[in-house]
Amino acid sequence: MKAVVHVTLRNGVLDPQGDAVRRSLGSLGFAEVENVRVGKMIELDLTGEDRAGAEVRVAQMCEKLLANTVIEKYTVEII
Amino acid sequence: MSFRAGVLVFPGSNCDRDLAVALRQAGADVTMVWHKDTDLPAGLDLVAIPGGFSFGDYLRCGAIAARSPITRSVVAFANRGGLVLGICNGFQVLIETGLLPGALMRNAGLKFICAVETLVVATADSPFTCGYAAGDRIRVPIAHHDGNYIADDDTLAQLEGENRIAFRYAENPNGSRNSIAGILSGNRRVLGMMPHPERAVDAVHGGTDGVALFGGISLALAEGALQGG
Repeated sequence: MKAVVHVTLRNGVLDPQGDAVRRSLGSLGFAEVENVRVGKMIELDLTGEDRAGAEVRVAQMCEKLLANTVIEKYTVEII
Repeated sequence: MSFRAGVLVFPGSNCDRDLAVALRQAGADVTMVWHKDTDLPAGLDLVAIPGGFSFGDYLRCGAIAARSPITRSVVAFANRGGLVLGICNGFQVLIETGLLPGALMRNAGLKFICAVETLVVATADSPFTCGYAAGDRIRVPIAHHDGNYIADDDTLAQLEGENRIAFRYAENPNGSRNSIAGILSGNRRVLGMMPHPERAVDAVHGGTDGVALFGGISLALAEGALQGG
């Protein structure tokens, strides 16, 4: 079983990295890009078959370590 | 006076020995404390968390160090009223433990900044800043990539209202809200700051404006019962 966690900045938190990427895309001619948010993806290989239980455990991992919930939000997907 | 200080050492710490030198110069008996230790040495007056790149800055700066065995003891020490000083990466660690509020993000200009900055002492009312006067302008080096202090409006208003901003940049180098360079905990016994006072304690450093910070700790400990245990 695998869990995929996406960690991104909360709405309203300025993302200077995303802004730099947006400007760079603009300079490459992709003028339609209005806004860019950069985040990270974390893949976890898990033992066991209990998907609902895994979702709860991975959410705990996000709260305790994987995300800084002061500035970041996260999503968990079990696949 | 003499006081007892512990300096934490994580894999990737690189200002630990500079910090020990600065503390010894102020009269401290310094013990280096390895991150895998679970207990602090008995009888410490101060725990100092040095700058560097603990655990390679993996995940987020300070995130892994904040969950190290020794850090749990540091949080307990702080909660008992012990003095804790976090510099640069040490500030990031303190933020990650939740002992100090807010977050430290990538510098607004996205670049690592290594420069000597002018800081304004925002309050002299703490064991760390009592060697200065509020409004003093001091020259202290910074060296960081993620020092852009942010907090929500309510937290910021609380910090300002409780006079918990210790230092501000005279000219904001990294985008920090309210030009914040260092903040204090609610009981004023935990200080986190991005600039490096331990790099300004000897004439050969190019300046000695950091001496009053370490001397202030000694002074505060001599004057009051600040021992945390």
